[in-house]
Amino acid sequence: MSSFPDIFRFNLGQYVDQFVKWLMTDYGEVFDAIASGILSLLVSTEKILLWLPWWLVLLGILLLGWKAINIKAGIVFSLSLFLVGTFGFWDLMMMTLAIVLASVIISLVIGIPLGVLTAYSDRFNAVMRPILDAMQTMPSFVYLIPALMLFGMGKVPAVFATIIYATPPVIRLTDLGIRKVPKEMVEASISFGSSNWQTLLKVQLPQALPTIMTGINQTTMMALSMVVVASMIGARGLGLEVLRAIQRIDIAKGFEAGISIVFLAIIIDRVSQGIAERFKYPE
Amino acid sequence: MTVKIKVENLSKIFGKNPKNVLEKLEHGVSKEKILQETGHTVGVNNVSFEVEEGKIFVIMGLSGSGKSTLIRCLNLLNKPTQGKILIDGEDIVEYDKQKLKEFRQKKVAMVFQHFGLLTHRTVLDNVVYGLEIRGISPEERYRIARENLAIVGLRGWEDHYPNELSGGMQQRVGLARALANNPDILLMDEPFSALDPLIKREMQQELLDLQARLKKTIVFITHDINEAFKLGDRVAIMKDSVIEQVGTPEEILATPKNEYIKKFVKDIDRSKVLQAKNVMFKPSTVVSVKDGVKIAINEMEQSGLSSVFVVDKERRLLGLVTIDDAIKALKENKRLADIIQENYFTTGPETYVQELIPIATKNKYPIAVVDEDKRLLGIIVRVSVLSSLV
Ligand SMILES: Nc1ncnc2c1ncn2[C@@H]1O[C@H](COP(=O)(O)OP(=O)(O)OP(=O)(O)O)[C@@H](O)[C@H]1O
Ligand SMILES: [Mg+2]
Repeated sequence: MSSFPDIFRFNLGQYVDQFVKWLMTDYGEVFDAIASGILSLLVSTEKILLWLPWWLVLLGILLLGWKAINIKAGIVFSLSLFLVGTFGFWDLMMMTLAIVLASVIISLVIGIPLGVLTAYSDRFNAVMRPILDAMQTMPSFVYLIPALMLFGMGKVPAVFATIIYATPPVIRLTDLGIRKVPKEMVEASISFGSSNWQTLLKVQLPQALPTIMTGINQTTMMALSMVVVASMIGARGLGLEVLRAIQRIDIAKGFEAGISIVFLAIIIDRVSQGIAERFKYPE
Repeated sequence: MTVKIKVENLSKIFGKNPKNVLEKLEHGVSKEKILQETGHTVGVNNVSFEVEEGKIFVIMGLSGSGKSTLIRCLNLLNKPTQGKILIDGEDIVEYDKQKLKEFRQKKVAMVFQHFGLLTHRTVLDNVVYGLEIRGISPEERYRIARENLAIVGLRGWEDHYPNELSGGMQQRVGLARALANNPDILLMDEPFSALDPLIKREMQQELLDLQARLKKTIVFITHDINEAFKLGDRVAIMKDSVIEQVGTPEEILATPKNEYIKKFVKDIDRSKVLQAKNVMFKPSTVVSVKDGVKIAINEMEQSGLSSVFVVDKERRLLGLVTIDDAIKALKENKRLADIIQENYFTTGPETYVQELIPIATKNKYPIAVVDEDKRLLGIIVRVSVLSSLV
């Protein structure tokens, strides 16, 4: 009596399945092209990261931390990465980093132009805003579903899902950054006979850069958190170690993998924030 | 004098459907009513004026009177709803994109109230901006930019960022940036309003000095009547989107068109605006040297004066005779030429009243106003100096 009646069963999934199949047959090439594009970027990033000698990476992080924040931060960062190496996670960390980097690059390539467009066109902004709002309220693993449907299991859907999840902040902040460029500055540019492109490249984007950098920081952080989740659909890396440890109730491994992700997150956050800070102009 | 800018029946209405609203405006519906009924703001309403080449044309009015809207039409930052803007005879409203770009790059430059400097660029890179947009080669544009920074007195500040500079210095950068393009026309929208009074006065003087050398056509906006009258060769006073009166400062002072303008010019320091030629009057009595002493005495007696100016037959001023000297001369049988004295003060027609006040109060004889050929144009007596100030 109290259970939901079977006669109301609606096989929505079936139709979605059909729709995806239709997409794959009719637009298969498009998705193949996307997939191979993502894959080649990812593979080359991964190759480079894995090829780098470990000590060089530690040295690089030391310098980066030093430049972006201070020498103490640089030392702490490289020590914590060293610690991750001692857990036996060096290569996994590099794979995670590769997915993050590849996703962030693509996110920026998509997100910054979209942000510029939303800043320029109120109509486009009206379309984008609810979409971005919705994207931000959805839990991250929901994005795994369309990725899985379109690309199956593996690295490519992981990157795809990560891109979808991580792009909104950079769109929003590019939009914000450009909108808040003082009107007089833009008018000064126009009054000298600049084209829209010149105004964008010489005035608006440089002025918006600090805000965009904040967006890049947020996008990177979201990409990292998503990469961990995306291990569920086959992205190798630190996330997968956590997932396995959970399945086996292996507290030791789980802790090591978990703390490695935390280290990575803190380093990426601080370094990119430090760099963003550098781009601020005194008011 | 050639006319550089000629604005004809210019209107600018802000809103979705300005053309329709324009009709209402032409039928005499008031600005307030239009705003209430249609939500459109009338910025400029049917304005016409001319600016001569090499002159400073000041537009002055209270906040919201439409000054910025008007000046922004002159480089089409605002697109006029109706009207013509003829610059060197060409209607810039009709320009296509390419021509407009060229016009902005070469003919006109704007100086902004809050400077509009690019905070991510150094002072030098700010000044270079217009030249960069025009595609001038780097060496050339940096050379020009340095020159112009030197002109505004900012040599040595090239590599600083704008926000390291004081307000006055920032506006100098704005001015240098505008000048670097060597435009015919400078549009200045309240360029000195954000500055301290002292700096403001300094900048005004520098602008005048610069202008004396460069002879640009300048449209200058201000809400300060003293600034308007100090800088303007001609001044337009705006109120509620229309120009109430246009004229030289002296004309406006002498014949304010209505109560509104009268109230405005009440605040003005007249002594800095009025010149000798505005307060002098044609002497009703002058004597010619060849007239002789008798006639001179006669003239003075008839007009009740104690002295009279003596001129030659080309009306060149020779000197002054007093009634006492003349009577003495008559007794001693001297000629008029013998008793002419020169202990009076002469001045040119363009001397400001401000400078004449101390002279007029000290001297017992009138001040003679003469042109370059020493021809007598008029005389100024103490009362006329003082009465001109109220
Ligand atoms: N872009 C715009 N959209 C709508 N209304 C505008 C716009 N620009 C100006 N206005 C309106 O036009 C009118 C005239 O404004 P304008 O800026 O020309 O005045 P102003 O004389 O320059 O005043 P101020 O001394 O305060 O600068 C005002 O009522 C203003 O609200
Ligand atoms: Mg204004």
